[in-house]
Amino acid sequence: MKSIIIDDEEMARAIIGKLSSNNKNLDLIESFSNAIEAIKYLNQNSVDLIFLDIHMPTFTGFDLLQTLKNPPKVILTTSDKNFAIEAFEYDCIVDYLVKPVTQERFDKAVQKATLFSQASKVETKSKDTEVINELYVNIDRRLVKINFATINLIEAKGDYILIKTDSKNYTVHSTMKKIEEKLPDDLFLKVHRSFIINTKKIIDIEDNSVLIGNNVIPVSRSNRPELMKRLNLL
Amino acid sequence: MNEKPNLNYLKEISGGDLEFEEKLLIIVKKELPEEINTYKKFLNENNFKQAAELVHKIKHKISILGLEKSYQLAIDYEEDLKKDNLNLKIEFEEVLNSMICFIKTV
Repeated sequence: MKSIIIDDEEMARAIIGKLSSNNKNLDLIESFSNAIEAIKYLNQNSVDLIFLDIHMPTFTGFDLLQTLKNPPKVILTTSDKNFAIEAFEYDCIVDYLVKPVTQERFDKAVQKATLFSQASKVETKSKDTEVINELYVNIDRRLVKINFATINLIEAKGDYILIKTDSKNYTVHSTMKKIEEKLPDDLFLKVHRSFIINTKKIIDIEDNSVLIGNNVIPVSRSNRPELMKRLNLL
Repeated sequence: MNEKPNLNYLKEISGGDLEFEEKLLIIVKKELPEEINTYKKFLNENNFKQAAELVHKIKHKISILGLEKSYQLAIDYEEDLKKDNLNLKIEFEEVLNSMICFIKTV
């Protein structure tokens, strides 16, 4: 974990630095004697963990945390036990070390920070890969939701596209290229320059056309191989 | 206070790194007398809030020199000073004296 120390006491910085060097999970990259310098650094660099002193003149550790929009994990280092309750108000604070800090206690806090950090990364990743099942289109100044599963096909109509669903057709001012980017690849396929089809809705395929509902859709020669690849052929 | 300043904590975290131990002792030797002087100056000016700030700074050095009971004394004295209470002054200053004597020997 890339870490930094923020503590106005030189001795405290030296001690946390030493404890950090004894911990193989840590890569200590900077030390700061005041919060302002640290904020400048944090605005331009990303770190995984901050060892933060609370009791600092003019700008305290808590002041610093309030200025950071997305703070990394934080381990508080302090001589005061009294701040523990306030520390619980910050999600980013994973542990609270009361000076003098022993190696054993320090390592335990780092382990905790590592676990919290991994958990946050998994959470972020799952958010990133969250499946989107619908599309919103602008029709007469209203944003209408269309579920992907209900779309049969999309047809190019000049400056517009026609989205045909199970229950309704929508004419939207857009391009095939734009809507293609918004559709999930595993469900939709462009079979012709003017047609994108929902492959789950195919009834049958004959020569160079597919039947979707009661629509016969042309399949261009160049797109046919991709279509054939998608089929579970006997 | 029967406890005596020692280097047990320093040696424990240094893991035999003499350079680190020396670095820490240089900092203590430099800062402690300065902080004690400033603490006394604020006391003479009856500025107890600022004196408490100095006790806060010194407190960490007390713990570094292995003085566990004195560390608690310093915590109490810091809180007392914030309320203009000097009851623990003499006891605290005895600790300071023992620390100054100790750092001259190491």
